[in-house]
Amino acid sequence: MVNVMEAPEGVTAQEHGAARIVVDEPRCIGAGQCVMVAPDLFDQRDEDGIAVVLRDEPRSDELPAAREAAALCPAAAIRLVRGSGA
Amino acid sequence: MSGDGVLVIGAGAAALGVVEGLREQGYQEPIDVVGAEKWSPYDRPPLSKRVLDGRLTPEQTELRPSADLGRLGARWLLGHRVVGLDVDAHAAELDDGKRLRWSSAVVATGLAPRLPGFARGLDGVHVLRTLDDALVLRTEMLNARGIAVVGAGVLGCEIAATARGMGLEVALIDKEPAPMWSRTGHELAAMLATLHTRRGAKLHTGVGVARLEGDGGRVREVVLADGTRIDADLVVVALGSDTATDWLQGSGLTVDDGVVCDAHCRAAPDVYAAGDVARWYHEGLGRLVRREDRTNASAQGLAVARRILGDTRPYAPMASSWTNQYDVSLHFAGELVGENPEDTALTVVSGNPGEGKFAATVAAGEHVIGAVGWNDPRGFRAARAAIGRPSSTAA
Repeated sequence: MVNVMEAPEGVTAQEHGAARIVVDEPRCIGAGQCVMVAPDLFDQRDEDGIAVVLRDEPRSDELPAAREAAALCPAAAIRLVRGSGA
Repeated sequence: MSGDGVLVIGAGAAALGVVEGLREQGYQEPIDVVGAEKWSPYDRPPLSKRVLDGRLTPEQTELRPSADLGRLGARWLLGHRVVGLDVDAHAAELDDGKRLRWSSAVVATGLAPRLPGFARGLDGVHVLRTLDDALVLRTEMLNARGIAVVGAGVLGCEIAATARGMGLEVALIDKEPAPMWSRTGHELAAMLATLHTRRGAKLHTGVGVARLEGDGGRVREVVLADGTRIDADLVVVALGSDTATDWLQGSGLTVDDGVVCDAHCRAAPDVYAAGDVARWYHEGLGRLVRREDRTNASAQGLAVARRILGDTRPYAPMASSWTNQYDVSLHFAGELVGENPEDTALTVVSGNPGEGKFAATVAAGEHVIGAVGWNDPRGFRAARAAIGRPSSTAA
């Protein structure tokens, strides 16, 4: 059985445009990796440690840190959604 | 034959970290990912908790929505294994005979649960590693009266707590004196023993399993080394795992409790390892380490991607992990047991263990080496910040 997912033509992670940070609260386990990687973009609630987004539309110079926070989140609770209306 | 590019062997969190790291840094060449399971990358920590008790569906464990995965532009060869790695020729052979060429390869095949001899030959005896394992175990738990969990490490403790939450009678068995004993140090282990006992799990510590007894081919009883008999029509064995490295025999890579790597997660020229399977030289600790935690899987995958693209920084992160048992969220950072366990001391820096909420630093000798938070995220952050400082100033 071969299960191959081919990439859509010409689409890569390098797409540009505004990105919005979305935290899936029920998934968040409060590890705090996002705060360590991007302290200007994330904080944690005192009572339960759940991630709080400080600025959900990061500046372009903050995008690498935002992407790293999403990639490193051990609960896969952070997403960068393209386009402010998405 | 595929063109050259990066081959990632394994399709879990570490593999995803490699792929995302490569694309994030602008890598445009082909990426092949070979995964033994049929699922696209999913999250393992919920398997022993919210998947087992049914709060999460299999689809909800996906690490990335399929649209996001598609955007990464990798080829996912799922339901396949690599059966041979030819390091000199920069090639790999798949289980269907296909040959893949690569310019860099990343070993991220993770772990395989250990199944001791006593656990073989009877129905109703399970391990928990994969999503499929969790779904089978969940079905069994919905029909079981009682469950015996053999091994009170993190996984065994989480399964026991989840089973109690589902209303099952639970026996939690370990050779060590208390749950998570060798991992967390003795003081925390004692607190965990109290927690499990109070929530109605029956703890059998300091004694191992002698054998299982069955009835009509199905397990019926667990017999401990001291003769104690435990009624159980369902048994989960959580006695740790071995690294999934059999397929590397003959590859020339050094395998010794994992794929042995240098400080850059490099096992051989152009061959790297990431996640549970990697045992690399941690420059900060001055020794080879292997980590089975979820946090490391992503971080090491990302680090390997950067290394492939020329980053020269050694990979020397602070350990970070967590566990959820009953209504307790435990967070750990750094090392929890010093080289000499007798010389390791826990100092409560906020809250109160008696009230079920506290944070503590872990000191070995003169320095803080780790931090623990027990339902105390704020205190944990302060304790974590003290790691590396002299222990006299930590409190």
